[in-house]
Amino acid sequence: MSEVLVLVDFQNGAVKKPTFELLTLAKRLGEPSAVFIGAAGDPSVVGGVAEAVKKYGAEKLYVIDDAQIKGYLVAPKAEALQQLAEKVSADSGGLAAILIPSGAETKEIAARLAVKLDSGLITDAVDIADGGVVTQSVFAGNYTLTGKVTKGTPIITVKPNSAAPEEAAGAGAVEEFAVTISDAAKTAQIVATQPRQATGRPELTEAAIIVSGGRGTGGDFSAVEALADELGAAVGASRAAVDSGWKPHSFQVGQTGKTVSPQLYVANGISGAIQHRAGMQTSKTIVAVNKDEEAPIFELVDFGVVGDLHTVLPALTEAVKQRKG
Amino acid sequence: MNIVVLVKYVPDATADRRFEQDFTVDRVEVDGLLSELDEYAVEQALQIKEKRSAGEGAEEIEVTALTVGPEKAVDAVRKALQMGADKGVHVVDDAIAGSDYLATSLVLAKAVEKLGAEKKVDLVVTGMASTDASGAVVPVMLAERLDLPQVTLASVVETQGDQVRIKRDTDAATEVVGASMPLVLSVTDQSGEARYPSFKGIMAAKKKPLETWSLGDLGVDAGQVGLDAAYTAVEDATARPPRTAGEIVKDEDGSGAKALADFLASKKFI
Ligand SMILES: Cc1cc2nc3c(=O)[nH]c(=O)nc-3n(C[C@H](O)[C@H](O)[C@H](O)COP(=O)(O)OP(=O)(O)OC[C@H]3O[C@@H](n4cnc5c(N)ncnc54)[C@H](O)[C@@H]3O)c2cc1C
Ligand SMILES: Nc1ncnc2c1ncn2[C@@H]1O[C@H](COP(=O)(O)O)[C@@H](O)[C@H]1O
Repeated sequence: MSEVLVLVDFQNGAVKKPTFELLTLAKRLGEPSAVFIGAAGDPSVVGGVAEAVKKYGAEKLYVIDDAQIKGYLVAPKAEALQQLAEKVSADSGGLAAILIPSGAETKEIAARLAVKLDSGLITDAVDIADGGVVTQSVFAGNYTLTGKVTKGTPIITVKPNSAAPEEAAGAGAVEEFAVTISDAAKTAQIVATQPRQATGRPELTEAAIIVSGGRGTGGDFSAVEALADELGAAVGASRAAVDSGWKPHSFQVGQTGKTVSPQLYVANGISGAIQHRAGMQTSKTIVAVNKDEEAPIFELVDFGVVGDLHTVLPALTEAVKQRKG
Repeated sequence: MNIVVLVKYVPDATADRRFEQDFTVDRVEVDGLLSELDEYAVEQALQIKEKRSAGEGAEEIEVTALTVGPEKAVDAVRKALQMGADKGVHVVDDAIAGSDYLATSLVLAKAVEKLGAEKKVDLVVTGMASTDASGAVVPVMLAERLDLPQVTLASVVETQGDQVRIKRDTDAATEVVGASMPLVLSVTDQSGEARYPSFKGIMAAKKKPLETWSLGDLGVDAGQVGLDAAYTAVEDATARPPRTAGEIVKDEDGSGAKALADFLASKKFI
């Protein structure tokens, strides 16, 4: 069986859940090999990544040292992956696919790689079936497309929450892979970085439940946050709430924010503009609290409450607390 | 200084967007317009021009709006000219229809090269994503093809001499990124409201140069682009079944919260 390369999503010292989702999808296409671009010199880091990916079926873990890579925008990473892909392909007579988590940076890696490998690219897949048939959700979730890469090595970026991770024992054999990064790739330099403060809540794109607030909160997110915490949910926001400075842009759900697909999305004081829908329409269950019964968000909901969020949400939070207790 | 801004003509998101029989996006029957996210690119290009063409050390700066798309796509270029771009280029050719990211970026790269042959291009400014394909990949593919640095997803842009510095928000951090021109820059909708064309701008746009190029003008072979040359094939497009109408209740004296809690419990969320 040919190998499938899966780029490991690694942040704040840990392998993130989308990696396991991608490994699960990769098994439908061939033999999964994880690729980690990071601190190769640190055995505890590499060991931790190997442990994590082998549980989800990775037969190999290619480790690429990021000493020459970090500090620049995506070009060096694309170069490194190109070299790995060409090597694996030459050794084993072809690669079945390269799967990359859909994120702002990782999509750019995929884009450069597609040009370098002269291969087709499909972005933001929500499923991959046997035979490499890829499903995408487009036009704000109004259409579902299925299709395939027809030339080169399929390069597919996959959205978080696109598959339920399935455990499967893999060998997880660690192979260091040495790369040569050209000076031409080191042209866009990261001059300063300020890591985002941890919220203590689940990551927006990975959360099973999201409670969001919009302009209707009037800037007071306390009721939204209290409900989120009671449900163990992530907090999201509309662009109106972000533009008003109530929440940082990293909270924004929608076309120019995050696309989310949780089990449950609770929209509060959000009208449901097409650009907001684009980011949440594929949520499994949608509920809304809005004081305007004409608000377009009610066209989407499984359950809606016409009312003032400042009274409905605290009462709901209390009810959730009681039922849990 | 020579700035090229990439503008895409897209179907209106508030209209009924759909696909043709061959699963390409319907760009003819559905009303289209300049992608809203590319207005931010035009705005930043114009701001750079305004800052650098004023005061001491003022430079001569030209902003060219470039689009690749069907007949009607010229509207996207016109809008950019009305906003204040100096010159427009519309690449149109029947063979381009159905092009994927790879082919689109190839045609754009050739067009930028052609513009550069007349006068060196220092800066290519793009939107963060098109509102129809939403790939956010064309700018980077273009950088790869032209062998240029990329500084992408900028919320703040500053230039000085040949240096470009941007601020951007990634998933994990806020970053400052720097590179030297020539380069490709993409900007987000956080970069600052785009201006509306003024009446004067609309009148002035009518006299601005607007060129139409075909694939032949770019030296691109028709066999390299379009649906048949695509590296990906769409096999099916299905409209989402309309959502079954949910239950909507009016909150009266706390009834709303209770009903919602019951619903969440029935779905096993609590
Ligand atoms: C290019 C582009 C990209 C965009 N990208 C995004 C994006 O990524 N994400 C996004 O969200 N938007 C985006 N937008 C903006 C979008 O069009 C809307 O303007 C925005 O989503 C509106 O936010 P809102 O629903 O919070 O505010 P509004 O539309 O003002 O709605 C507020 C709602 O709150 C309700 N309300 C008021 N008070 C209360 C109360 N006390 N209790 C209950 N309900 C109350 C009102 O009835 C109303 O329905 C984009 C727009 C453009 C042009
Ligand atoms: N056909 C096109 N013509 C001009 N610019 C384009 C075209 N396609 C994409 N772009 C530019 O590339 C950006 C990202 O597009 P995309 O990768 O499709 O999301 C857009 O915001 C435009 O600036």
